[in-house]
Amino acid sequence: MHDGGKILTGLAAFVVVAALPFWHAAIGGRSVKPEPKIVTQEKQCVASKEVMRATHMDMLNTWRNTVVRQGQRTYLASTGKTVTMSLSNTCMSCHPNKKEFCDTCHTYLAVSPYCWDCHVEPKERT
Amino acid sequence: MEHDRRGFIKIAGVSAIGLAGLSLAGRDGEAGESEPVAAGPRWAMVIDPRKCLKDDGCISCITACHRTHNVPSIPNARHEVKWIWKERFTEAFPDQEAHYIDEALTTRPVLVFCNHCDNPPCVRVCPTQATWRRPDGIVMMDWHRCIGCRYCVAGCPYGSRSFNWEDPRPYLASPDPQFPTRTKGVVEKCTLCEERLDKKQLPACVEACQEKAMLFGDLNDPESEVRKVLRSHFAIRRKPALGTNPAVYYLV
Amino acid sequence: MLEKALIGNRRYWGWIALLAGVIGIGFICYLRQLSYGLGITGLSRDVTWGLYIAQFTFLVGVAASAVMVVLPYYLHDFKVFGKITILGEFLAIAAVTMCMLFIFVDMGQPMRVLNVMLYPTPHSMMFWDMVSLSGYLVLNVVISRVTLDAERKGIAPPHWIKPIIILSIPWAVSIHTVTAFLYSGLAARPFWMTAILAPRFLASAFSAGPALLILFCVILRKITRFDAGSEPIQKLALIITYAMSINVFFVLMELFTALYSNIPEHIAHFRFLYFGLAGRTTLVPWMWASAILSVIALVLLINPKTRHNEKFLVPACIAVFTALWIEKGLGLIIAGFVPSPLGAVTTYSPSLPEVLISVGIYAIGVFLITVFYKIALEVRGQIA
Repeated sequence: MHDGGKILTGLAAFVVVAALPFWHAAIGGRSVKPEPKIVTQEKQCVASKEVMRATHMDMLNTWRNTVVRQGQRTYLASTGKTVTMSLSNTCMSCHPNKKEFCDTCHTYLAVSPYCWDCHVEPKERT
Repeated sequence: MEHDRRGFIKIAGVSAIGLAGLSLAGRDGEAGESEPVAAGPRWAMVIDPRKCLKDDGCISCITACHRTHNVPSIPNARHEVKWIWKERFTEAFPDQEAHYIDEALTTRPVLVFCNHCDNPPCVRVCPTQATWRRPDGIVMMDWHRCIGCRYCVAGCPYGSRSFNWEDPRPYLASPDPQFPTRTKGVVEKCTLCEERLDKKQLPACVEACQEKAMLFGDLNDPESEVRKVLRSHFAIRRKPALGTNPAVYYLV
Repeated sequence: MLEKALIGNRRYWGWIALLAGVIGIGFICYLRQLSYGLGITGLSRDVTWGLYIAQFTFLVGVAASAVMVVLPYYLHDFKVFGKITILGEFLAIAAVTMCMLFIFVDMGQPMRVLNVMLYPTPHSMMFWDMVSLSGYLVLNVVISRVTLDAERKGIAPPHWIKPIIILSIPWAVSIHTVTAFLYSGLAARPFWMTAILAPRFLASAFSAGPALLILFCVILRKITRFDAGSEPIQKLALIITYAMSINVFFVLMELFTALYSNIPEHIAHFRFLYFGLAGRTTLVPWMWASAILSVIALVLLINPKTRHNEKFLVPACIAVFTALWIEKGLGLIIAGFVPSPLGAVTTYSPSLPEVLISVGIYAIGVFLITVFYKIALEVRGQIA
């Protein structure tokens, strides 16, 4: 092909740059798997750890719509427990350590949920 | 080559529209309002300006409301956010000519806030249903959905709504974590303390008033306090000719 | 055909660079607005809509005015407008784009704008406004593309474009009517709640838009080889004469109803505009300037001797456009909020960032017009 040398060189350069996050992390080894810290004595959340890890965003969205748009505040958890649907009052009562719990995973994954623009962060207990 | 490029762009455009359409079709609609209940409460308030302490400068109700709901106190009057405040009689009731009426009445402060109308013009104009009328009469706000177009502000005949012209957080010394703040770019107003009503508590303003100048109750219950007062006293509402059917009555 | 906009002389590229600079400044100001909030504007709790929404209201009229050349040509076979329908359609695209941009910069939460489509609300006029503006944009893009493409190939346009063009005619009327409905259904704002608002909008649209078109034709005659000819320009001038007369008549009707009924709520807004209220007279010089310009324009337009003479017609068109821009782009929206529903008189003047953002959006519109007209004239081989 015409200009084959330039094309292949360009493609190779692109692949290297695009794969930068992977090989840079492999060499540097600086990224650490996040370990959110549990500080509560409660043994069980409103759902299992696996379910919460995968779907807490959808659950919070559903809670938001149910509380705000339908005026319903009581939630029957799969564990049989009844809780009030509230991020600040229910979730944060067991997980007040936002920096060491919520933020560890969010920062690692470069996710910035804007809930905290309005929902007041609990004062971190030192 | 030219025709192929154009054809490619056409196909790409149609595909993008198709994908967008598919994603819209997959979305389930959320209920903006629950189905109307046959006979539930219809919340209303009766204010007695005659009992409101004029010279004392009492603002217990305003303080209680604004503290409970993290309403910021912004010194720049143009960016003011307020859910409840005092107006003079002539401003609160501009359609009531007050030429020879007792001055004591017309200079007394009148508490004004969202009227939670039966026929709210703000709800009619909101393009996203970020504000709607609940079956119990409360005109509610969803601050997650509001796009900040301020059409509802233009539509409200009572000036009850405030827009967040800037971030309110710097003006909140220590926000109450039990209730969210709002963010810049959304409209807010009194929500009749629906979160307190849910816990069987009275609205914060009603509870805070030392003079019992504010009554709260159910218009659908003929024996409620508000109905009894309205039977025995003459009461007016703000701008009734507009057909909004407000739920806040003022005893005169 | 887009590649035709990429070839040009130094003057062309200098003009593009200037526009890009103005757009860039506006964009930077918008970033500041995004980070601080709409408080960076001159708006307030009482005057919640200002320069942005007023420009959108005015430009919807300009966008609708394309129908003034499309209707005679396509519906009534009025061949005289044959050479300028494409200019009208391109003007419509630029104007509608500016409308949507002005609405976008006015939103408090612009990232959520699609909520209007995700949660359709038929009882809100703003929902229908978004539908009609988007539809009108799509219509004009398709129509101008297909007709210009056919002209480039030297063939007649495909037959299926005709019904689409016919559709654009009532659609043009609808975009402006829906925009008027945004205001004329609000019981809270007696200044706007008048049945004549939509007809007023249409009358001012059919004056301002064609006036701008005439000015474009005159400019194009100076800097390119495109000459629309005196016949289309004279026909447009006649349309403007009638439309402007009707518009002034409508304004006088509004004044009569307000002043004769003597209802304070209705009079107050007019008093604020023309005499000031509670010492606030910000808009008074503007409104009188608009009134004087309207009279001058009508005198020049109604008199056939001055209307036929471009030395007078061009200033008349400038006067029409300016007078109507003041009337709708400044007077109408702001006066709806003064006095407030509680009788408060709050001033409004746009802040510097607000003005720069607006100018930036106008620059985007001018940029689009430049690029589109360049393409159209290159296709016709009439550039220079």
